[in-house]
Amino acid sequence: MSTEPTVDLLYNEVEDELRLPLRALLADRCPAVALLARIESDEPYDTGLWRALGAELGVTGLSVPEEYGGAGAGWRETAVVLEELGRAVAPVPYLGSSVLVTAALMAADETRVLPEVAAGRRAAALAVPFSTSPGLPFPDAVRLSGSALSGTVTSVADALPARVLLVPATGAAGPGLYLVDLAAAGDTVTVTPRRSLDLTRPLADLTLRSAPAVPVALGNEAIRVLEVALTTGAALLASEQLGVAEWCLTTTVGYVRERHQFGRPVGSFQAVKHRLADLYGLVSQARAVARNAVAALDAGSPHTALEASLAQAFVSEAVVETAEAALQLHGGIGFTWEHPVHLYLKRAKSGALALGTADRHRSALALLVDLPPAA
Amino acid sequence: MASAQPARGTRTDKRTDRTWTADRLRSAVHDVVTAHDPATTDPVEFLGALFDAGLAWVHFPPGHGGLSAPRALQSVVDDELTAAGAPPRAPGLHTIGLGMAAPVLLAFGDEAQKKRFLRPLFTRREVWCQLFSEPGAGSDLAALATRAERDEATGDWVVNGQKVWTSVAHEAHWGLLVARTGPELPKHQGLSYFLVDMRAPGVEVRPLRQATGEAEFNEVFLTDVRIPDTHRVGAVGDGWKVASGTLMNERVAIGAGAMPREGGLAGGLARLWRERPELRTSGLHSSVVRAWVDAEALRLTAERLRQQLAAGQPGPEGSAAKIAFAGLNQRMSGLALDLLGEEGLGYDDWTFRRPEPDDDFSTRSFGFFYLRTKGNSIEGGTTEILRNVIAERVLGLPPEPRSDKTIPWKDLPR
Repeated sequence: MSTEPTVDLLYNEVEDELRLPLRALLADRCPAVALLARIESDEPYDTGLWRALGAELGVTGLSVPEEYGGAGAGWRETAVVLEELGRAVAPVPYLGSSVLVTAALMAADETRVLPEVAAGRRAAALAVPFSTSPGLPFPDAVRLSGSALSGTVTSVADALPARVLLVPATGAAGPGLYLVDLAAAGDTVTVTPRRSLDLTRPLADLTLRSAPAVPVALGNEAIRVLEVALTTGAALLASEQLGVAEWCLTTTVGYVRERHQFGRPVGSFQAVKHRLADLYGLVSQARAVARNAVAALDAGSPHTALEASLAQAFVSEAVVETAEAALQLHGGIGFTWEHPVHLYLKRAKSGALALGTADRHRSALALLVDLPPAA
Repeated sequence: MASAQPARGTRTDKRTDRTWTADRLRSAVHDVVTAHDPATTDPVEFLGALFDAGLAWVHFPPGHGGLSAPRALQSVVDDELTAAGAPPRAPGLHTIGLGMAAPVLLAFGDEAQKKRFLRPLFTRREVWCQLFSEPGAGSDLAALATRAERDEATGDWVVNGQKVWTSVAHEAHWGLLVARTGPELPKHQGLSYFLVDMRAPGVEVRPLRQATGEAEFNEVFLTDVRIPDTHRVGAVGDGWKVASGTLMNERVAIGAGAMPREGGLAGGLARLWRERPELRTSGLHSSVVRAWVDAEALRLTAERLRQQLAAGQPGPEGSAAKIAFAGLNQRMSGLALDLLGEEGLGYDDWTFRRPEPDDDFSTRSFGFFYLRTKGNSIEGGTTEILRNVIAERVLGLPPEPRSDKTIPWKDLPR
């Protein structure tokens, strides 16, 4: 196959400058103790932090042009935010609102709610099961009748704090994408929390009963826009996963240096050192792969679907391996509720199922690069 | 340190003279290419002109092939040279000269050594090899036993010992040698570093046959080889420090190779899958696609490493990439044999011969690669030792207990 053009896999100065205040804010607002308290409260999402990301730091609409209330940056910068949010397993609807829905709205040139979403004043969620992979048939769980939507969508990410839903639905005229304003929808939409594996990104089931809806894209355009949203999500999820893996590696290295057993630091045992050395290699590879997917996305490369699948095929498994090793290498304390490593393991594993499993992406990739399955 | 930034304050005038920009370097390349058309000039002469213009390694000092310019600007020069059709840099035979001898001479050599060796090294007049490993000192390099003893009458060093795994020794003019000069000292302290003339009396090079059948490497026997003291690099007893500098450059050279998508074995495996549908099974499909993904991850990691180096921010990921490359190459070549089935039972060539650096390896069988890649996790630092290196030097984990660090070398059990 043809040689790919060289892409910039490094971080630029703007990205470095973006990262520091964000990391400081997250360290301040969602330390482990606060996270552990929040997941058992009635407010699993941190709306205060979400407002700070929008109003104080202006990162909720990084990829949105300034004329629509965004920062006019790009997906490269958005990816850096996701890395930091992953490192903090921050309970905010960034992936749903600032990535999935924002990508869809921009692809559809739908600017009516875009400024509100970009500014973080109204969080939005894409009404598909979080496990939905790019490349699947258009969802038919919701039906359009007249100008109202009815149906049930399960396991939707970031639906709990959402004020706006972007709903794929089918009707007599075929597939369509519709906006549902939850304030206007009243009791025609029910958002039911699910008991989710990932406590810092709880899922919800949506039930729509003749919910009033506004069309955003119809027919083949709806199919294209949903595909853009899911591919963008898959490409950028890798950066969030990278952040999760980096926290797991750094925290575990710190722990095994301090923790003593048999009269020596646990990290002086070769079995532990070798496992961490391999994880270090895995995380540095995951970083290159995640940056590659983001670079393709940001450049509008025709290979974006391929690079996004490559990212999910590699990074999903790398982050799960890192999180599982982190728990193991923390020993007994790693298996307790009071240590936050389980929050990272849960985020890692549910992230690996999100937007297509590694295996689904490998299958997609195999066809894209002409490695067909056995007959 | 040289800087591309405009200087501030009272030293402005002095600094401005030395401030190199991409544009100034482009015009310097242009001058060389105009005076010595690479299409018609002999490569040695062309490279000599490049060296004299300070464009061999822009961060080296003037007079030694450089301009004391920021290292990151080398890529500007290289891009410009490639566009002008200049001969490529660092072909096989010269890997050790360019990748290891040059940076070591720059860091530790004296003026006379730099003057004598850097130019013929760069122009490819002289080939270099590296005399480090010994039959009894591979991963534990500091345990080496080759002795260099001072001849008090002449001041020369007299060297006796045996080295092994020496690439291109049979072609080399010069060797980078680490030898023991202080057996009564602990093993890291009693070493010194020398430049040895490979054509000197007492140097005997013998091919070393490998599991693949061919002889890519050599054994080198050193019997009363005389080395003038002017060919010692660094102080007597500083050999470990100088050698460590060499090895650091070696790992950078190994880890930073740029490759296209499906370069190397990944491409061979993918072509085999595409061209031979009758060999396909579902289990092997999964393994082939995983290998393709892992090869991409490594290609991108190496590319990222290359970009970091070019931007003057070298990262420590090189050792990790080397470990992963070794494992993946071994996995992919084994997988190809599984796919080939009956064909995989055969082999292409057991001839005891020396491969040439520019041999077309793409014509070799997967059986050859299955065997050759077994060396990938041994050469240039074993995977096990490199894991320790990453754990200790990158992640900051406590070192392995070492009982031999303070005992005189002569008292160590061997």
